[in-house]
Order: sequence, then C-alpha cells, then structure tokens
Amino acid sequence: MIRARSRPSLFSPVRWRLAAACRLFVLALVLTAACGFSPAAAQEALRPLVNALGTGGFPERAEAVKALAATGDPKVPEILTYLNDGELYAPKAGGAVYRIASGNTVIDPLTGAPVEGVAAGGLQKIRLNNTLRGAITTAMSQLTLLSPDRDKRFSAAQDILKSADPAQLALVDGALAQEKDNAIKGLLGAARAVMVLRSDHSVEEKKAAIETVAARGNRDALTILTTALAGAPADLVPVIEGKIEGIERQMALWDVAQNIWYGLSLGSVLLLAAIGLAITFGVMGVINMAHGEMVMLGAYTTYVVQQAVATYAPALSTYGLAIAVPTAFLVTGLIGVAIERGIIRFLYGRPLETLLATWGLSLILQQAIRSIFGPTNRQVDNPPWMSGTVDVGGLAVTWNRLWIIVFSIAVFFALLTLLKRSRLGLQMRAVTQNRRMASSMGIRTPYVDALTFGLGSGIAGMAGVALSQIDNVSPNLGQNYIIDSFMVVVFGGVGNLWGTLVGALSLGIANKFLEPYAGAVLGKILILVLIILFIQRRPRGLFALKGRAIEQ
Amino acid sequence: MITEFLLSRHEKKTLVVAALILLAAILVPLANLLAPEGSLLHVPDHLVPLMGKYLCYALLALALDLVWGYCGILSLGHGAFFALGGYAMGMYLMRQIGPRGVYANPLLPDFMVFLNWKELPWYWTGFNHFWFAGLMVLLVPGLLAFVFGWFAFRSRVTGVYLSIITQAMTYALLLAFFRNEMGFGGNNGLTDFKDILGANIQAPETRATLFAMTALLLALSLILSSAIVRSKYGKVLIGVRDAESRTRFLGYRVENMKLFIFTVSAMMAGIAGALYVPQVGIINPGEFAPANSIEVVIWTAVGGRGTLIGPIIGAILVNFGKTIFTAAFPEFWLFALGALFIATTLFLPKGIVGTVMQGSKARAERQKAVAAEKGRTAAQPSQGAAAHETQAAE
Repeated sequence: MIRARSRPSLFSPVRWRLAAACRLFVLALVLTAACGFSPAAAQEALRPLVNALGTGGFPERAEAVKALAATGDPKVPEILTYLNDGELYAPKAGGAVYRIASGNTVIDPLTGAPVEGVAAGGLQKIRLNNTLRGAITTAMSQLTLLSPDRDKRFSAAQDILKSADPAQLALVDGALAQEKDNAIKGLLGAARAVMVLRSDHSVEEKKAAIETVAARGNRDALTILTTALAGAPADLVPVIEGKIEGIERQMALWDVAQNIWYGLSLGSVLLLAAIGLAITFGVMGVINMAHGEMVMLGAYTTYVVQQAVATYAPALSTYGLAIAVPTAFLVTGLIGVAIERGIIRFLYGRPLETLLATWGLSLILQQAIRSIFGPTNRQVDNPPWMSGTVDVGGLAVTWNRLWIIVFSIAVFFALLTLLKRSRLGLQMRAVTQNRRMASSMGIRTPYVDALTFGLGSGIAGMAGVALSQIDNVSPNLGQNYIIDSFMVVVFGGVGNLWGTLVGALSLGIANKFLEPYAGAVLGKILILVLIILFIQRRPRGLFALKGRAIEQ
Repeated sequence: MITEFLLSRHEKKTLVVAALILLAAILVPLANLLAPEGSLLHVPDHLVPLMGKYLCYALLALALDLVWGYCGILSLGHGAFFALGGYAMGMYLMRQIGPRGVYANPLLPDFMVFLNWKELPWYWTGFNHFWFAGLMVLLVPGLLAFVFGWFAFRSRVTGVYLSIITQAMTYALLLAFFRNEMGFGGNNGLTDFKDILGANIQAPETRATLFAMTALLLALSLILSSAIVRSKYGKVLIGVRDAESRTRFLGYRVENMKLFIFTVSAMMAGIAGALYVPQVGIINPGEFAPANSIEVVIWTAVGGRGTLIGPIIGAILVNFGKTIFTAAFPEFWLFALGALFIATTLFLPKGIVGTVMQGSKARAERQKAVAAEKGRTAAQPSQGAAAHETQAAE
C-alpha cells in the first residue's frame, strides 16, 4: 500500500505525462495509417532500425531513435511509445528487439504478432536515460509535423523551432513542402533558418536565413543570432550585427509599449478605485477612509454571487460576473447611503472628524468580513472569456486586464454622462461648486449628498468586482488600494473627473516605468515622494477647481 | 530664564497631572523593586515595561495634541517620527550587542552578516555612542518634520490634503524600511538587544529605571508643552487653528509658526519612540504602518484634543482597554476600536477631558450667575458693580 502510494514520487511526473502524450499520438497515427501505404514492405525496411535500439550504449540508442524518426514512417511513433513505456526488450548480446506488453508474451513490435521460441527470461529491458527520453520527445514532435491535426502540427512546429537541431533539416524541408497553413509555415521556415545557421551552408543561404530569423524579432531570435555571431564567417558578421541591433531597437520599442500597457492596466484599476473617492471628496469634501472597504465588499459580493449562481443556476455561471456588477453596485451603494445617513451627515463641516469616523467604520467592516468569511482568500473564478492571453506583436495582452480597462473606461464615461446630462449630475455639480448657493436655489443638498455618497460607494463596489478578477479577495483587499486612490485624487484634483482619469493613468504608467529601473517597492516610494513634492507646487491637484468656493 | 518660562503660567490640572506622573516615576519602580513579592503593593515585573509602553504612547499622543489640538494640523504620520526615534535607539542597542550575536561578528549586526555585508554602512557610524544615538533621536525626526513641513506649510497645504500626504509619508517610509537594502534589518527590524549603557536590558532594575525615565520625560514634555501653548506664541497658534487666513492677514508668519510646532512635536514623538524600543525589545517597519498613526489620533481624540492632559489619559485608557480586550476577545478588538472612532467623533467631539472641563466650566458659570442674581436682589447694585458682574458672568 505504502509502496503504491510512493510510486509517483519515484517516477518523475514528466515521464508519465510524456507516456500519455505518446499514446495519444499513436492513436491518431494508427487511425490515419488506415488509409496508408503498403505496410509489410515498409515494416521490413524499418526492422534493422528498430533492432538498432537494442544495441550499444545510450548515445548509440539515441542515434537509433533519430534514425527511426527520420524515416517518417507512421509506425515509428508506436515503436517509440513502446520504448518510452519500457515495453521493449532485447537479448543481452544485442540483436532483435521484442516487445513484452503484459504478462510474458513476447511479441514482434512491428507486426504485433506473438513470437515463438524466444523466452522472456533471456531478454533484458532497454533502459532509458534523460538524453534518450529527450531524443524520443524530439522524434515525436518531428513525426507529428506530418499529422493531419492542425493544432498538433502547430505545437510540433513550435517544439522544432525550440530545439532546431540541424539534423532535422530534411524532415523540416519535407514538412514545409506539404504544409498549407501559413502560421505553421512561418514557424517551420524560422526553424529551418535556424538550422541553416547552425550548420554548414553557403553564405547566401545563411544570409536568407538571417533575414527569416530577424523577421521574427523576438528574444529567441536575438539569442539565435547572438550564438550565430560567434561562429559566423567574416562577411556575415556585419549582417548579423545589423540585424541584432535592429531587433534590439524593435524590442526596446515593444518594451516601452509593454510598460505603457501595464501602466494603463494599473491606471485603470486605480481609476476604478479612485473615481468614487473623487466624487465624494469633490462634492462633499469628505475623505472616505472606508472607501477601500467598499471595494472589498464589492469583491465579496462577486464571490457570493458566484457561489449563488453555481448553486441555484449553474447554467448562468459564465455570466456570473455580469450579474455581480449591478449587484455589487446596489449592495455597496445602499451601504453607502446608510453610512451617509447614519454617520457622515452629523459630521459636515468637520472633514478631519469624518476621516476618523470613516476609518473606524473601515475597521469594523474589515473585521465583520473577517468574522463572516474568514481571514483567508476567497476564490473568485475567471469566466472563460476573461482568461487567457493574446499576442499583439511583441505584447502579451491578458484578457482580464483588457476587460478591466474597457470596464473602467465604460464606468468613467457613464459617470461623466451622468454628471453632465442628468438632473442629479447637474445638482451634484452645483453643490460641488457652491453648496450654499445651490441650497439657496432650492437644491436639497442633504439628498444630493446621500445620493452622491451612495454613487461613490456603488462605483467602489463595481471596482471590487473588477479587482476580484486580478487580486486576492481577502478582508485586506481595500487597504492595498486606499492610499493609492488617495494619491490619485490628490494628484488629479477634486471636482473634475478628467483630473482623476489623468491622475490615475499617469500614476499607473509612471509606476510601471519606474519599476524596471528602481524595483517595485522603490518605484512606489519614488512615486509617493514625487506626489508629496507635486502637492507643494499645486496644493489643489492637477485639475483644481478655480473660484471662491474652494477657499472656505 | 528658561526655568522661569517653564514654570510660569500653568493651569492647575496640568501641574496635578505632571505631579502624578512624577509620583508614578518614583512609586512604580519602588513598588516593583522593594516591595516583597506577593504583597499588595508589589508591581509584578511584566507590568513595568507594559506601563512604560503606555507612557510612551502617552508621550506620542501628547506630541500629536500639540499639532492637532493647538494648531489644527491633523498629522496621520506621527507614527513615522515615533518609529524613526525608535530606530535611532534600536541602532544604538544593536551596536551594543557586539560579538554576542548569533554570528558573533564584533562589528556587524546579525542581519548584515546574514545579508553578506562586509562593512558597516556609513549611516551606522557613531551609533555605538549613546550620546550620538540620543542626538539622532531628536535630530532625525526633527529634520524630517522640518523639511516636510517647510515644503508643506509654505505652499499652504492644509486640511485633509495635509493629512493625506503625511499618511503618504509614513507609508513611503514603511515601504522603504521593509527593504533589506536599506540596512535597517528589513522585515524583521532590530531586536535581540542585550544591554543599554552597560546594564542588562532584561533586568528588573533596568526596566524600572527605564520606566522612571519615561515618566520623567513625559512629565517634562507636558510642562514644556504647557509652557509653549500658554505663551504668547501658543495663543497665536490657537489663532492659526481657528482662523488661519485671519491670523495671516494680521501679519503673523503662519508657516513658520506651524513649522516650529510641527518640528517640536516630531522630536517629542522621536523621544517617545526611543523610550519605547528598549522597553518593548523590538522595532520593526510595522511601526510605520498608517493604521498605527491613525490609532494615535484616536487616543488623542478620546482623551480630548487641545487639552494636553487629555491625550495622556486617552492613550493610557485606550491602550489599557486594548490589552484587556485583545487578551479576552481578540476577535472583537477591531469592532471596539472602530466603534470608538465613530462614537468619539459623533458623541464626544471634545473628548473626555474636554467634556468634563466644559461641564465644570458651565457649572461654575451657573453658580456665578446665581450668586450675581442673589447679590442683585439683596442690594440695589451700583452701575459699576453691575457691569463687573455681567463681565464675570460672561
């Protein structure tokens, strides 16, 4: 019992997976071989190669595997799978190779027919080592290059490109001639070019190969060219150097783009977290320290919605997130209105006290969530349409980040429309600019305040839905964003949503640009110091409201 | 002249509290060291550093009250000054360990050996002297406050904006001190202290002395603060708090006044930190956490801001409550603290001391009014006396 349990640790899991993969290939190939060509003759041609597997040391056997693969025979993957699974045996002295699958029946690996007159006891298992296993994997991927399944060919082509052993040149040429798919053709072409570079070919051929490799323009291409540079003939050196320089320049550009992308992504998260804060601060002059906890509540609402959907309506699970957005808005919005009516309205005109009271509230909310859901992280799943990556040139764009950017921009413009076009927005702007005057004009400022606070909290809740996709849903979720959100509001200035947008995006991008040079932590410190210095220059932020109303 | 400045014009209650603290400075060590174990008067060993810790917090709250209660600057970064003072003292204590560390390196503290550092960073030089460390306890927080305040007050950053950037300051320092490369022990901070000025830091005598020193410095700071706020300068400071623009238009250099009190307060916080570290035995970046600084604000608010003695009482009360609460119901401490924040701001805006003072003041006025009423009915008052009485009633 104990032995059985300990087996997986003794045998490397990689090997098991490899074996499973091989079996799959075999299945596929056996099926396609049905429409294949005259089996018997081809099999007999294979036999000396198969028998070579049983002779010599590991290097010789690796050679034998390569030779087998080079034939491209559909029977080969099957043989290699047997070898990989340790089912192939040979007499100690060498000679014919047999397969012993189960029990003690000795069978011919090529035909599958039982062999008479050979005792299983006299045979020895053909042992494997890592080199040999590597050779088998490469051989397998070579063979799958000819598979009718496009995805298989694609991944095989990627493998080939990675290893790019010049010995496989003929095989790649063969595959290239048959290949119809352009993406795979590109990969194979690149692989071929790398192989050409690594072997003895004429300068012209190598030049063309350099072009092909350089066209890929990624880090791998750079490594290939750099290694090629070492052993290159004199007249190729300037060509390669030029290409390397070109790739490096291109990659530097992509790096900048990548940083901007990360920065935009971080900025959109900050925007979502800060925008609600900006509204409440702008309209009411209230710094809501519990804002981060509203974000956290939004994230937990997402979790609860996800659980509820999974229990009561599993069919809708893909849309759980879409359901969570309005739910979180409503839940946190209502809590926000309750907070405003219950606490904040008694503290108007005393912003510092409001700050303290909301801080106290944030402690209570955190502890409440910790008591209900426990201190550990909760798992919120990514729906399928939000997971995965898409490559845009040299950029790796993750879907969830992309959706969050889209979402935050949508929220931003929805809010902007609300403020500019709706009656409530008009009233909110009026109260922001001059509370007493607005009040004199008949605007019920307490009502506007409550709705504003609810709106700000609701947006924080929606931010929580978005954050649940990229961050840990824990009771401390809000704490991680609150100081950054303050920085955005202070930097952007209040009473102006555009200020928040510019503030969030520029902080996000600046953060990501500083990170490579200064490290994540130091970069953040630098940003904080820069903001503290910036506040000296513009105490009211980048987009300060102008007018008397501000100096109260 | 300085003594005269320090001893004149104090309110009675300030003097009473200062005297009580001094009394504690004498009695607690005596009760700890001399009273036999098991007697009613005996203070157990573990209580002495705990009470010392409360007094350090009280000093920190007093420092905050100077800027918040009297100048209207709500600093959410006073924990940073406290921690910096603590680190300065911690560095001295680290150097005193000498070759007794785990790696037995005579020069480098353990964490530097662990990081494979070969020599002491330049900013650690001098910290083997107590006087130098003591100077740094004052200078480092003072300098930071001066530079920070110089920029902030000159550009007239006020109100919540100022609070937020002080919070950003302590947050930035928190992140910075977490870094191992800073050379302050990173995440673990400074700990495993052995002795202070040659005396074993764990010994009851040392702890009692530390307690006495803390109480003494707290009493001194209280007297100093009282002297400051009751001087002419202090009166202008209150003017700045209540009507900053008006004070400025009257011709006072508001930014300089703020800068002075901010720096003094930061130094006081630094002293509190320096006294805290040897009694608690560790200083780590957690002290920079923004939440800590906000907690100091609530001690001050509970006790009553702008009263000087209020924050001392508040800090001791809240921390005593915290000790009890976290031991009995650790789950509920945050609920209690949060509720305390809300309740204080909603129902007790003047704090305990402020409310009591208001009550006694109102009572005194009522009594005076009653007395005046009696006087008026008893005899027909002259014009002058009536004027005098109305003035008194006001």
